[in-house]
Amino acid sequence: MKNLHEPDQMRGDFELTRREFIVAGTAAVALTALPGVGRAQPAATTSQSALPLTKVSFNVNGKLRELELDSRTTLLDALREHLHLTGTKKGCDHGQCGACTVHIGERRMNSCLTLAVMQQGASVTTIEGLGTPENLHPMQAAFVKHDGYQCGYCTSGQICSAVAMLREIKAGIPCHVTSDLTARPQLTAAEIRERMSGNLCRCGAYANIVDAITEVGGKSA
Amino acid sequence: MKFDTPATTNPIDQLKVIGKPTDRIDGPHKTTGTARYAYEHHEEVPNAVYGHVIGAAIAKGRIASIDLSAAKAAPGVLGIVTAENAGKLGKGEFNTAKLLGGPAIDHYHQAIALVVAQTFEQAVAAAQLVRVKYERSEGKFDLAAVKDTGVKPKPGLGGASDTAVGDFAGAFAAAPMQFDATYTTPDQSHAMIEPHASIAKWEGDKLTVWTSNQMIAWSVGDLAKTLGIPKENVRLISPYIGGGFGGKLFLRADALLAALGARAVRRPVKVALHRPLVTNNTTHRPATIQRIRFGATKDGKLTAIGHESWSGDLPEGAPETAVGQTRLLYAGANRMTAMRLAVLDLPEGNAMRAPGEAPGLMALEIAMDEMAEKLGLDPIKFRILNDTQVDPEKPERPFSQRNLTECLRTGAEKFGWKQRNPKPAQTRDGRWMIGTGVAAAFRNSLSMKSAARVRLDNRGMVTVETDMTDIGTGSYTIIAQTAAEMMGVPLAQVVVKLGDSQFPVSCGSGGQWGAHNSTGGVFAACTKLREAVAKKLGLDAKTAVFADGHVSAGGRSVPLGQAAGPAGLVAEDAIEYGDLDKKSQLSTFGAHFVEVGVNAATGETRIRRMLAVCAAGRILNPKSARSQVIGAMTMGAGAALMEELAVDKRAGFFVNHDLAGYEVPVHADIPHQEVIFLDETDPMSSPMKAKGVGELGICGVAAAVANAIYHATGARVRDYPITLDKLLGHLPPVA
Repeated sequence: MKNLHEPDQMRGDFELTRREFIVAGTAAVALTALPGVGRAQPAATTSQSALPLTKVSFNVNGKLRELELDSRTTLLDALREHLHLTGTKKGCDHGQCGACTVHIGERRMNSCLTLAVMQQGASVTTIEGLGTPENLHPMQAAFVKHDGYQCGYCTSGQICSAVAMLREIKAGIPCHVTSDLTARPQLTAAEIRERMSGNLCRCGAYANIVDAITEVGGKSA
Repeated sequence: MKFDTPATTNPIDQLKVIGKPTDRIDGPHKTTGTARYAYEHHEEVPNAVYGHVIGAAIAKGRIASIDLSAAKAAPGVLGIVTAENAGKLGKGEFNTAKLLGGPAIDHYHQAIALVVAQTFEQAVAAAQLVRVKYERSEGKFDLAAVKDTGVKPKPGLGGASDTAVGDFAGAFAAAPMQFDATYTTPDQSHAMIEPHASIAKWEGDKLTVWTSNQMIAWSVGDLAKTLGIPKENVRLISPYIGGGFGGKLFLRADALLAALGARAVRRPVKVALHRPLVTNNTTHRPATIQRIRFGATKDGKLTAIGHESWSGDLPEGAPETAVGQTRLLYAGANRMTAMRLAVLDLPEGNAMRAPGEAPGLMALEIAMDEMAEKLGLDPIKFRILNDTQVDPEKPERPFSQRNLTECLRTGAEKFGWKQRNPKPAQTRDGRWMIGTGVAAAFRNSLSMKSAARVRLDNRGMVTVETDMTDIGTGSYTIIAQTAAEMMGVPLAQVVVKLGDSQFPVSCGSGGQWGAHNSTGGVFAACTKLREAVAKKLGLDAKTAVFADGHVSAGGRSVPLGQAAGPAGLVAEDAIEYGDLDKKSQLSTFGAHFVEVGVNAATGETRIRRMLAVCAAGRILNPKSARSQVIGAMTMGAGAALMEELAVDKRAGFFVNHDLAGYEVPVHADIPHQEVIFLDETDPMSSPMKAKGVGELGICGVAAAVANAIYHATGARVRDYPITLDKLLGHLPPVA
C-alpha cells in the first residue's frame, strides 16, 4: 500500500508532460503533486478518526507476538517500529535492495513486500534470532572473520539471505546459473553470487561475503 | 600537537597492534543487528512520531499554492511543515540549494513539506492529500547544450580553475605524435543502502538529532545556521552510518525537517527520506565532458598535456574537478588544464567518492591507453616512461612518496601481463572475447586537523571519544588499534565512542582523509595521556615504556589502572599540521588490472578478474583497508558498466531514482578481487605515517575496465557507462 505513494508522484510528472501544451514559463501549470484522485479520501465526518486496527499474531524469533496494527503496516515496519527489532533494515521499502530480508519459516523474504497482517500465524526469524554478539551464529561469525560488510546496513539482509540460500542449495533447488537441472546444485562461487544477487551491498563487500558463505556452506555440507 | 616536521620513530612503529589484519571491533554488533542506526533509537526516544517528506514535482519555478486542508484533517496528522509556516530559515555553508523549498523551487524533489502523523502509515497516506499548484519556469537540464556557457569557477577544494605551464599550444602543434579525444561521464548516485534519516528532539531551546552524517561538526554548524540558533544548542549523534560515499557529508533535508517538525508538533519526530526521493532530493556526482590532448615524441615522451572539463551545477554551485589528477600524474614540460562550470537546474551536484579524480581518471586513463597504442608502446611502459617524482607544475615540490612505477610493475607481474597479446580482439574463450586492461590510480592525501579525548580508568580501560564517524571505513577499529598501541594495552581494553558532537571535533569522514587524520588525533591525545600517567607516577615521560598494561621506567613498573587511580585520567589533544603538505605533495598511488569477457554476440561485458596494487603509506588495518579497496573497485566496476542517472532533459530530473532503475553492481557482477598493498610508510603525512586508501581504490578502475573491453573487442567507447548498446555494431563479425 505504502508504495502507492511514489507512483502517485510519478503520475504527477506524467501529468506535467501531458499538460506541456501550456507554454512553460509564461503560464501557470496547475498540477497536483500528489493527486490522490480516485483514491478513497476520508469523508469530513470521519476525519481524525483513525482506521480500525487489525489484530495479528505471529511468532518472532521463537516468541509469540500479538500486535494491533494499521493494516497498511508492512512486516518490516511491524518488526522495526512496533517490536523494536531494528536489526532488519529498511533500505528501499520496494523490494529492490534486500536489506529487509527475514525468514518466514525456512524461506527468505523481503519483509517490506508483505503486510504484517498477511503473516498471521507465521514463524518469523530475524537477524536477532540467529545469534547475539556474545553467541554468534556461524554465518555471523564468518562475516566478522571475512570482513563481509563495511557500513553494516545491508548486513542483516545478507546474513539472513545467506543462511536460507544454503538451505535452498541443500534442498536441490536450481537457479539461473545451475547448468545441469537434473543434478544437485553445487556450492560454487557462481551459484552463491547468483543466489545472493537480490541483496545489494553498496560498500562492495561481495567478494568477502562469498568467502564467508563458502566457508559456512563448506562446513555444513 | 603540531605536526610540522617529518615523523621519526614513535610508539606506533612497534606495530604490535597497528598494521595487523584485525576484525572490526563493531563487527559483532553489525552482524547481529544490534548496531543502532539513525532511525533506530527507540530507547533514547521512545515517543517519536513520524514525518514524511514531500518533494517538489517540478524542476524549477514556484509553488502557486498549497492546499493542506485535506491532509491536516486526515487521521493521525499532527502538523505539516512548509516554507510558509517554518519561520525564517537560513542556508548552510555547505548547501547549494535550500533544504526546504517554497515558494521558489530550485530542483526536482526539493523538499516542500513534511507531514507529521502519529504513525508512518498515516503520514504517508496524508502526504498524498496535499494539493500543490506550481508555476513552472524554463530550466537548463542538458550539459552538452549549455557546455559553452560555462564560466571559470571560483577556486575551491579542487584548486584553481585553470593552470598552465610552458607553451601547451605550441608544443602540441609541434609534437610528432598527437592525440585529441573527448570523453563523457554521466551523473552518478551514491545509492548508499541506508537512506538519509534523522530523529529530532527538542528540550527547551536545545536540539538533539540522531542522524546519519559523515561530518558531525560541519552539520552541527549548518543546522544551527539554517535554524538561526546558536550551535551550542545543537547536538548531533551519529554512531553508525549506513553508507555515505559523500552523500552524507552535509546537513540534508531529513535532519532539518525532523527538527522543524519536532518544533511544530512539540514531540520528537523521525524522518527517513523514502528511497525514490533520495536521488533527486540529495546530491549526486555531476556529469562531465572532458577533452584530453597529448603531444609526444616518437619514442613516447609526453611533451604536451591538455585536459579540459565541463560540468554543471545549480547557481552558486561548484564544478566536478575532473582535471585535478592531470596536474600531478604525468611528466610533460608543456601543460594546461581548465574547468568550466555551466548552470544546470538539475539537483545539486556535489562530492561522491573521489570527487574529481574518479571521473577525471575515467577519461585520462583511457586516453593514456589510446596514446600508448598510437605510439606502439605497452600501456604500462608508456606510463612508466612518463612517471615523475616531482609536481610537474611546480618541479621544486617533490612527492613525499611516489611508488606508481612499482605498483604497475608489481601488478603486471602478479596479473600475468607478460602473456598479453597487445593486439586487440585476438583472444577467445568460447563465445567470450577476452581482454585485459590497466590504469593508474591516483588520489591526493589531505591533512586535516583532528581532535580526540582519551580516558584511562582504574581498571586500565582506555576510552577514546571523538566526533569522528565510521561510515563502513573501519574507523572504530583503527582508532582502537591506535589507542592500544600507544597505551600498551590489548585491543579488548579499548572502548571507542564516535559520532557525537559532544566529543572533540575530528576530521570526519570524507576525501579519504579519515584514517590518518583521525588516528593522528588519537595519537596526539594518547601522547598527552602518557605524559599525564608518567607525571602522576613521577616517571620520566620520555623513557617510560607502555606495554602489557603497565607503564615502566627507571626500574619501576606500575599497572595502568593503578596509575589512573579511582579518579581516572583524561587527556585531550588534536593533531594540527604545518606546511609539510605544501613543501611536498602528499598523494596515494595505485594500479588497477582488469580482465573482462565480452559476449561476441550480445556485447554483454562480464568482469572476470580484478587486481589492485596500492601505495598509500602505512596500512593501519590491512583487513578493513583491503575491504575499502575492493568496495571501491566494485563501485568503479559500476561506473564502467552500468551506473548512470538518466536525465529527463525536458522535465529536469533523474528518472531512474530508485535501486531498481539506478543499477549498481550485484553479487553476480563481481568476481574474486585481489589487493596488494606495497609496504611503505610516509613520515610526511602524520605520526601514523599512513595515508588514505578508500578513494584510491575507485580511481582508475572504470578506465581499466574500458581498456580491457577495447582489448577484448577492438571497440573503443569514450562515453560511460559502457553498456552493450554502445558495443553492438562495433564488434567483430560473429563467425
